[in-house]
Amino acid sequence: MQFMLLLNEPEAEFAKRNDPEQATAYWGGWNAFIGAMAQAGVIVKGDGLQGPHTATTVRVRDGKRMVQDGPFADTKEQLGGYFVIEVPDLDTALEWAARSPSASCATVEVRPVLPPMAPPVS
Amino acid sequence: MYSARDTAEWVARAAYGRLIAILSARSRDIAAAEDALAEAFAAALRSWNDHGVPTNPEAWLLTAARNVMKNQLRHRGIAEAAIPDLLASQESMAEDGPQFPDERLKLLFACAHPAIDAGIRTPLMLQTILGLDAARIGSAFLVAPTTMGQRLARAKAKIRDSGLRFELPSQHDMPQRLSEVLDAIYAAFGIGWDAAAGIEAGGRGLTEEAIYLGRLLAALMPDEPEVKGLLALMLYCDARRDARRDERGAFISLDRQDARLWKRDLIIEAESLLTAASRHARFGRFQCEAAIQSVHVQRPITGRTNHEALLTLYRMLVQHHPSIGAKTGLSAVLIEAGQEGEALGLLDTIAPDEARTYQPYWVTRGKALHALGAFEQGDQAIETAIGLTQEEPVRIFLGTLISSRAI
Repeated sequence: MQFMLLLNEPEAEFAKRNDPEQATAYWGGWNAFIGAMAQAGVIVKGDGLQGPHTATTVRVRDGKRMVQDGPFADTKEQLGGYFVIEVPDLDTALEWAARSPSASCATVEVRPVLPPMAPPVS
Repeated sequence: MYSARDTAEWVARAAYGRLIAILSARSRDIAAAEDALAEAFAAALRSWNDHGVPTNPEAWLLTAARNVMKNQLRHRGIAEAAIPDLLASQESMAEDGPQFPDERLKLLFACAHPAIDAGIRTPLMLQTILGLDAARIGSAFLVAPTTMGQRLARAKAKIRDSGLRFELPSQHDMPQRLSEVLDAIYAAFGIGWDAAAGIEAGGRGLTEEAIYLGRLLAALMPDEPEVKGLLALMLYCDARRDARRDERGAFISLDRQDARLWKRDLIIEAESLLTAASRHARFGRFQCEAAIQSVHVQRPITGRTNHEALLTLYRMLVQHHPSIGAKTGLSAVLIEAGQEGEALGLLDTIAPDEARTYQPYWVTRGKALHALGAFEQGDQAIETAIGLTQEEPVRIFLGTLISSRAI
């Protein structure tokens, strides 16, 4: 069963990425987590994301496209990356989520991936 | 000779949770299992009337419900259409029937999974294991039946879709997960207990349902002392149920109860459970609370309440499980022992937000203040307690504690 881990981070964590004094520890934490998942062979796909300051949101209303600078909601925690993992059940997915750096400094949302749609009946 | 209806109802009560647990174990779809079982029961009523009750009614129902689920067609008549098949296969269901596993423990753990909202865990257990309907559960929880139905449906959808597996927790997770199951069962008991104390009929009977769940869990997990502790605690309390009221319905506090009205068989069962639990030599909150009850039931034997033993047990409870209930309990015993100052100090460590609506806190606070000679403040605390009490007999009892009203 596939689950997506939506890994959130607070602003302070994003800032560590480019802080020469903290970057090594920051990326070390993530590499250890990703390495453990890779070794267990559970990763289906996944990426880190550029910080929320790079986000652009778009919505279409009455046929008009509205583009805005910034993430869709201004909250203390922002999406920093995601992984889709293949594990037997929710408990195992929660185990992996709890091991991510995000779990200690922010939150991780865990959601089952929708199973593939049945082909349309002709 | 029992009628088909009697047999169906009897099987329904005894086997409901067993069948739901088996039917939903793989699909995790509790709602579909409930629908299928309801259809199987309807088919059984018709078939058993015409063809007689099968030798193994539970296996009959399981097969009928499985047929409903297999066809995944929810309209009526599917189970009925399977009757010829079932009649044919009755032969193969031997005298004692095929043995199927008891999956209820996994279902209990699924209902109390941390991914399920804590407020709906008890209702889920009552519905899936005991077959209580949303209206009955709603009235016990003082929630409209439709609202309770919606909450239950939402929780079942979460269980079905979230990838939560019907498995026992790992050894590492067991203590925490088990305590969540025990909390959910004890919550049902608490609601039943409060309702039994008053005129509110909604929750009445939930104490029996909670004890049933406790017995079930004790049978399924014989090596967990805390399960025995919880069951013992519930039995001790239930044993005193009739002694809580005089003939006019007035409330009688524990220390003034007529011990002859306590149910001896329940107390004996509780004592032996507690003894068996203590052999595991693993401290636990429920064993400690049961031990406190055990001290109280010694009163008629020894002629006095052993306050020293109560103090020791409550201090242990507060140390391991510093809940508002435990702290309030310890304070009450401290007052009895003449240590009102320490009692008040302990009550002051409870966060005001937590204490605001907790009635026993205000009763105990009032008593402590009275004992310290602060009558006006004490009366105010008792008045607050009366305002938080729903049951009239208890309100009247608390009124007698107001010093300005004392005769």
